[in-house]
Amino acid sequence: MPTTAPAFSDATASDSALRRFLHGLPGVDAVGLEARAASLGTRSIKTTAKAYAIDLAISMIDLTTLEGADTPGKVRALAAKAVNPDPTDRTTPRTAAVCVYPDMAATAVAALAGSGVKVASVATAFPAGRAALDVKLADVRDAVAAGVDEIDMVIDRGAFLSGRYLKVYEEILAVKAECARADGTDARLKVIFETGELSTYDNIRRASWLGMMAGADFIKTSTGKVGTNATPANTLLMLEAVRDFRAQTGVQIGVKPAGGIRTSKDAVKFLVLVNETAGEDWLDNHWFRFGASSLLNDLLMQRQKLSTGRYSGPDYVTVD
Amino acid sequence: MASAFEYAPAPESRSVVDIAPSYGLFIDGEFSEAADGKVFKTVSPSSEEVLSEVAQAGAADVDRAVKAARKAFEKWSALPGSERAKYLFRIARIIQERSRELAVLETLDNGKPIRETRDADLPLVAAHFFYYAGWADKLDHAGFGANPRPLGVAGQVIPWNFPLLMLAWKIAPALATGNTVVLKPAETTPLSALFFADICRQAGLPKGVVNILTGYGDAGAALVAHEDVNKVAFTGSTAVGKAIARQVAGTDKKVTLELGGKGANIVFDDAPIDQAVEGIVTGIFFNQGQVCCAGSRLLVQESVQDELLDALKRRLSTLRLGDPLDKNTDIGAINSAEQLARITALAETGEAEGAERWTAPCELPSAGYWFAPTLFTGVTQAHTIARDEIFGPVLSVLSFRTPDEAVAKANNSQYGLSAGIWTEKGSRILAVANKLRAGVVWANTFNKFDPTSPFGGYKESGFGREGGRHGLEAYLDVR
Repeated sequence: MPTTAPAFSDATASDSALRRFLHGLPGVDAVGLEARAASLGTRSIKTTAKAYAIDLAISMIDLTTLEGADTPGKVRALAAKAVNPDPTDRTTPRTAAVCVYPDMAATAVAALAGSGVKVASVATAFPAGRAALDVKLADVRDAVAAGVDEIDMVIDRGAFLSGRYLKVYEEILAVKAECARADGTDARLKVIFETGELSTYDNIRRASWLGMMAGADFIKTSTGKVGTNATPANTLLMLEAVRDFRAQTGVQIGVKPAGGIRTSKDAVKFLVLVNETAGEDWLDNHWFRFGASSLLNDLLMQRQKLSTGRYSGPDYVTVD
Repeated sequence: MASAFEYAPAPESRSVVDIAPSYGLFIDGEFSEAADGKVFKTVSPSSEEVLSEVAQAGAADVDRAVKAARKAFEKWSALPGSERAKYLFRIARIIQERSRELAVLETLDNGKPIRETRDADLPLVAAHFFYYAGWADKLDHAGFGANPRPLGVAGQVIPWNFPLLMLAWKIAPALATGNTVVLKPAETTPLSALFFADICRQAGLPKGVVNILTGYGDAGAALVAHEDVNKVAFTGSTAVGKAIARQVAGTDKKVTLELGGKGANIVFDDAPIDQAVEGIVTGIFFNQGQVCCAGSRLLVQESVQDELLDALKRRLSTLRLGDPLDKNTDIGAINSAEQLARITALAETGEAEGAERWTAPCELPSAGYWFAPTLFTGVTQAHTIARDEIFGPVLSVLSFRTPDEAVAKANNSQYGLSAGIWTEKGSRILAVANKLRAGVVWANTFNKFDPTSPFGGYKESGFGREGGRHGLEAYLDVR
């Protein structure tokens, strides 16, 4: 049974204590945050640094398909791509994981067995999270039973926005408990805030701490299903949160921006944010992920350009 | 900072700028040698490489330039404002078109990072010309009565920290209001002003409206003293500013002085800490701290001091010092050996007086003039480094307990140019800003510039305002 870090037992004792704690976190100046993110976006990453960043970015992708039209065939194709992203160049790193809906989890697990590529499943009535708690927990239980390595849950934004922080906190705790496997290990838990719905940076900082205190292994920006998803600014803010959380507790938490990152240039900018905010300890797919699908092909085209000196084109990368 | 993610060198191309081996003085639309044939060399502070040799103006050249400006004044001031505006708009557009070239040039001659010349200096230079171009035909509505008249010939002396930007601050309002100018750039950074002379020719600006005299302090003094100069505008050290004030006393020259500063950056315990850290870095390490309005005194509330200093030191450890032309460089070179010696001496005084020194871990290049980002803790109002302007990348950290104490300490300075307030509480921003005796007060930001905003000092930081509608007054006969 996961427990709260002792440092926070007072803060989570009641709804009002939790509110006092979260509202006592330093505020975020939106203009300053966005200016800092933009300024780091001007870093010029060339040659060897670019090659390193592209390979790192590929290795950090949670290759994702979350569509009503998903089929086992589609999931198997995606799994094949995750294992072997560029058939013309076997030195290309594998992606970190494949991310699917719970009913596709077993298919993905079978397709990726022994590959080292993880299977992540969204759960908890993704993406809206509007279901009864036992329905959400059953969703998680199914996915864990199917053998997934990671669970991507959504928080109850309605509860968060109405100030019922303890409800959000306890729900994460409950989901975390369902991540436990019979052999004593746990599926890693990614907690999705849907930053576009939380809307303010102060809320994103509070949600980050709330998630980390409740035992999230990763904090994740968004579902990819709303208008505003991962941005450099909200990801920078979450990187500050995991950096500060480790400084305070010694516990390292991962970060996953998801949705809207489509180009290599964008991905490299996010890696610069990681490097200069949380630091190099996070430059590893155990601690940083990209939730993306089309990003991979752009990274592959850039990778081919670096190795051959020529731009190829969309017909030289696989379309699944 | 050693990291798995090492940024490969990303130098901006030097070939976008063509620096001639020698330059003359720009008088009456032509480049010419100094009357006595004297020249001096300008070097790149990051490498000590000689970039070019420029003419060294003397009193005779000053006289010739002022005469050219006087001659041009009659027609220039008689032009309709809408016509003067066309020239200024043209200059602004040419600056934008040539901004990459000018940014590289400025970085070479000054030593500041290309990231700053590209993203701050050059956009602001163009913005200043655009802004004052817009005023040229609207002077009747500027609040100085109908048809306000220009003063005549403006003698302008500018510093080396923002060579082209300071030129823009001086020349744009002067031309918009119908004055003609003789401008002397600093001896360590003459090149961008000479390129600007070329832009004036490219824009078809009438001869003599803008004259550029490269040279040393004696040329500046001769310009200020010239009897046919109607307006003196100076940006630079307080010592020289005082000398100029004495020099023009008893004449009818109109004067604006923009001098030194020891800006207080006040961080309250409810500040947005991460953004405050960025603001402190921008406040004192932008342009290697060689900024008159730098936030060189950090006043931090005692209850968050340790937390803030830890965060600040961690952030300073990520600053990238080195080749100013590299697009990833945050901290460039100090402008001259002389300035480096001054910074070094003041930092040593800080240590000798018992303040605790901390220096960001970074390797300094072997050639050129360099000073690693440094902060001093345990500084009190009695320390020299809390009072004297260092004009370098050195931050003095002081603490306070209450808002009143913060205001008292911030105002306890011979200077009064800039200040910053960091708090999430809006009412505190307004209350504190009203009590600060500083020309510019930034709230939850620092070193933010805009041509629409007036800039200038209290006390020994000077008088008169540059920028905005207020900046017109300095060049109009409104006495």
